[in-house]
Amino acid sequence: MTALLQTRTLTRRYAGLLAVDSVDMAVQAGRVHALIGPNGAGKTTLFNLISGLEPPSEGAVLLRGRDITPLRADRRTALGLARTFQNIRIFGAMTVLENVLTGLQPRRTVGLIQTILRTPAFRREERALVARAREALEMVGLSARAEAQAATLPYGEQRLLEIARAMAPEPALLLLDEPAAGMNPAETAALAGLVRRIRDLGTTVLLVEHDMGFVMDIADDVTVLNFGRLIFQGPPAAARQAPEVMTAYLGQKMAARLAARARKVVP
Amino acid sequence: MPVWLDNFLWTYQNLVHALGINGLLALSMYVVLAVGQLSLGQAAFMGLGAYSSALLTLKLDLPFALVLPVSCVAPVLFALAIGTPTLRLSGVYLAIATIGLGEVLRAVYLNVDWLGGALGLSGIPLRAEFWMIYGLLGAAILVLWLVGRSGIGRAMEAVREDATAAQVMGINLARTRLGALLASAVLAGLAGALGAHSSSFIGPNEYGFEPAVTILSFALLGGIATPLAPVLGAFILTLLPELLRGFSDLRLVFNGVIIVLAVLFLPEGLFPLRMRRRAA
Amino acid sequence: MLAQQLVNGVLLGAGYALFALGFTLMFGVLRVINLTYGFYFSAGAFVALFLTRDFGFSIWTALPLAAMAAGAMAVVLDWLLLARLRRRGAPELASLMVTLGGVLALYAASTAILGPDIRRLPPGLIAGAPFELFGLRVTMAQLLILLASLVLVGALVWLLHGTRLGLAIRAMAEKPDAAGLMGIDTGRIAALVSFVSGCLAGAGGVLIGLNFNAIHPYMGETMMLRGFVVVIVGGLGDIRGALIAGLALGVVEVLTAGYVDSGLKEAVAFAILVAVLWTRPSGLFGRPEMRRA
Repeated sequence: MTALLQTRTLTRRYAGLLAVDSVDMAVQAGRVHALIGPNGAGKTTLFNLISGLEPPSEGAVLLRGRDITPLRADRRTALGLARTFQNIRIFGAMTVLENVLTGLQPRRTVGLIQTILRTPAFRREERALVARAREALEMVGLSARAEAQAATLPYGEQRLLEIARAMAPEPALLLLDEPAAGMNPAETAALAGLVRRIRDLGTTVLLVEHDMGFVMDIADDVTVLNFGRLIFQGPPAAARQAPEVMTAYLGQKMAARLAARARKVVP
Repeated sequence: MPVWLDNFLWTYQNLVHALGINGLLALSMYVVLAVGQLSLGQAAFMGLGAYSSALLTLKLDLPFALVLPVSCVAPVLFALAIGTPTLRLSGVYLAIATIGLGEVLRAVYLNVDWLGGALGLSGIPLRAEFWMIYGLLGAAILVLWLVGRSGIGRAMEAVREDATAAQVMGINLARTRLGALLASAVLAGLAGALGAHSSSFIGPNEYGFEPAVTILSFALLGGIATPLAPVLGAFILTLLPELLRGFSDLRLVFNGVIIVLAVLFLPEGLFPLRMRRRAA
Repeated sequence: MLAQQLVNGVLLGAGYALFALGFTLMFGVLRVINLTYGFYFSAGAFVALFLTRDFGFSIWTALPLAAMAAGAMAVVLDWLLLARLRRRGAPELASLMVTLGGVLALYAASTAILGPDIRRLPPGLIAGAPFELFGLRVTMAQLLILLASLVLVGALVWLLHGTRLGLAIRAMAEKPDAAGLMGIDTGRIAALVSFVSGCLAGAGGVLIGLNFNAIHPYMGETMMLRGFVVVIVGGLGDIRGALIAGLALGVVEVLTAGYVDSGLKEAVAFAILVAVLWTRPSGLFGRPEMRRA
C-alpha cells in the first residue's frame, strides 16, 4: 500500500545551512501522525515544503503516489492538502463564516459571468458552500460565532477557526502546525478530541507539536527530526525508548547517563 | 429630461463629465488596491485609451459604440505585458514598472509624429454623452459590488490581507491579481476614451505622473471598503478645487498631502463601512 | 564615431549610476521604494543654481554644499513621512504611497514657487567648449561627472565596507529585526542612509544639470525613470549591479539616439526594464533567490 504522503530525500538549504536534510517520511492514510523534534529541527520548514510555500533544494513530495513537487501551494490544496499556521493566520477583517467560506475556494466552480449575473447555478453553489461552512464551524463548536468579526475572537477560538477553515473542503491530509500552542489544559483536551474526530471523519492528520503529553495521547505514528534529519519513525511508545531520540532531546551526556542507569537497573 | 436638468447639465457639462470619468478612474484604482497591489499605471492606461480612441475616430471615423470597447485593447495589452511578470513578485515591482510606463508613454507621444507630438491630437468630436459616462459608471459599480459580495470578492480580500494564507486556501495569486489589473486597465481605457471625446483635445502631458497620483488620492481618500467609497473620494476631490477657485496652483499640493495624511492617519479612508462577502 | 558614442554613453551612464546608487541604497537598507528620491535630484540642482548665480560661489564649493543640502532634506522627509510607518511595521506599499503623495506635493509646491520654466546655470562656470582627449571630444562637465562619480562611489564603498558604521548599515540591510536587538540604533542608521542617499541624488542633480545645462522642478521626476530601470536591471538593493546597469543604460541611450531615434531612448530603456522583469526579475547580477510576494 502506498502511503498517503511521502517525501523522498527532501532537502532544503539556506546559505549553507541544511534546514531539512534528505528526509524520507511516509504518512499512512487514516492516522494521526506527529512530527516532533527540538526547536530548530526543521519541522516548520518541512511543513512549508509539503504545502508548497517553499521550493525544495532537492527531493520530491508525493501525494497518493503522485509527484506534486512542481505544483504551487494552491494546486496542492485543490488536490486535498490543507494546513494551519504556527502563528495564526486568519483573515481578521472578515467574519468567522466568511473565513471558512474562503477555505472553500477549491469547491467553487461557477465563473465570473455567472457570478455577476447571479444565475441559479451561482445561487445554488453559494447556498451549498454556506451550508458546508456552517458544518465545519459546527464541528469545531464555533457555530454561535459565525457572524462575529474574526479578529475579535479570543486566541483559542481563533485556532479553532483556522482548523475549521482548513477542514471545510474535507481535505485528505490536514497539516496542523503547533495546534495546542498557547492553549490551557482544558482547551488542549478538547483539541485532542477534535483531532480524533477529524481522523475518524477520514482526514489524515500530520501535526507538529511540542506538548509531549498531547502527542503521546493522540498520535498513532511519530516522526522525529533533529538538525533537519529524520532520526526516528514509528509508534509513539517506541519513540520514547529510542536512544537517538533521547539524545536529540536531552543532549549527548544526559542520554548516556540515563542509558547507563537503565543498564544498571535492568541488567 | 426636465428643462432644469438639461440647463444644469449644459452649464456644468465639463464638471459633470469630469466627475463621472474620475469616478471610473477611482474604480480602476480600487480594483487593484482590492487585491493588495499598487498600480501607478492608471493614467497611462487612460492615455492609451484616449489616444487609441481619438485615432480610431479621427483617422477611421468608426462609430463611437465600436470605438469605446476597442480603445480598451491597448491598455489591456500593456497591463498583460507588465502585470504578468511583476504580479508573481513583491508589490513594489508592479508599482515601479507602472510608474515607469507613464513616463515612457509621455516621451513616445511627444516624439512620434502621427501621435501629434507636443501638440497632441485635436478636433476630436464631442461624442461622450452624459448618459454613457454615468451608465458605465453605474454598471461598473454594480458589477464590482456583485463580484465583491461573491466568492471572488472573498478571494480578493484574502489575497490583500495575507497572500500566503490565501494561497494555502487554494487561491491562485497570480490569476487573481492579474484579473484585477486587467479589469482596471479596461476601466481606465474606457475613462480615457470618454475623456478624449468630451474635451476635443488630448495632449501628451495629461496622462503622466500627476494624474496618476491624483487617481490614487481618490481611492485613498474614499477608502476601498466598497466600490462606492473611492467614487465618493473622486467626487470630493473633483468638486473641492471648483469650490476653492484661486488656489488652482495648489490643487496638486493638496492631492499629495491628502495621500500622505490618508496613509498615515486614515488608512481605511473616509467611508470604511465594510460590505458582506457572501451572497446567500 | 562609434568610439565617440561609447565614450559619451559611459559618461552619461556615470551620472545615471551615481543617481541610482542612492536609490538602491535606500531600498537595500530601509526596504522602502522612496519616491521622494527624485526630488533631491531637483533640489540639488536648484541649490547649486542659487549658490552660483545669486551668491557667486564656484562650482567646486557649490557642488558639495548642494549635495549636503539635498541630504539634509532627505533626512527631514524620511523622518516626516517614513519614521512612523517603520515603527508601526507598515506594509511596504504604504511607505511607497506616502512617499508618492509627498513627492507630488513637493514638486507641485516647488513649481508653484519657482515657476515651471527651464533655468540655466551662469555661463563660464566651467569651461564650456569641448576639447580633444586621445582623439575623442569631451566636455569639462562630462569629466566632472566621471570624476565625481568615481570619488563618491569610492567614498560609499569605503563607508560600507571600511567603517564600523558601514558594518551596522549592512547588518540592518541583512536583518532589520536582529540589528535592533544587537543594539544598533536603527533610527540613526535610517537618518544616515537618508543623508548619504540624498547627497548622491543632489550631486547627480548638479552634475547632470551642468551637463545638459537645463534645470527645472520636475527634472528629478524624468530622472526617476532612469533610476527605476537601473535598479531593476541591476537588482533592487544591489550596489554593484546599479553601477554596471547605470553605465550600460547610458551607452544604450546614446546608441539608440545615435542610430535609431532620439525620441525612442526612454522607450528602449523601458523595454529593457520589462524584458528583465520577464526573464530575470532579481536583476541581471542578482542571486536567483528573488524576493517573492
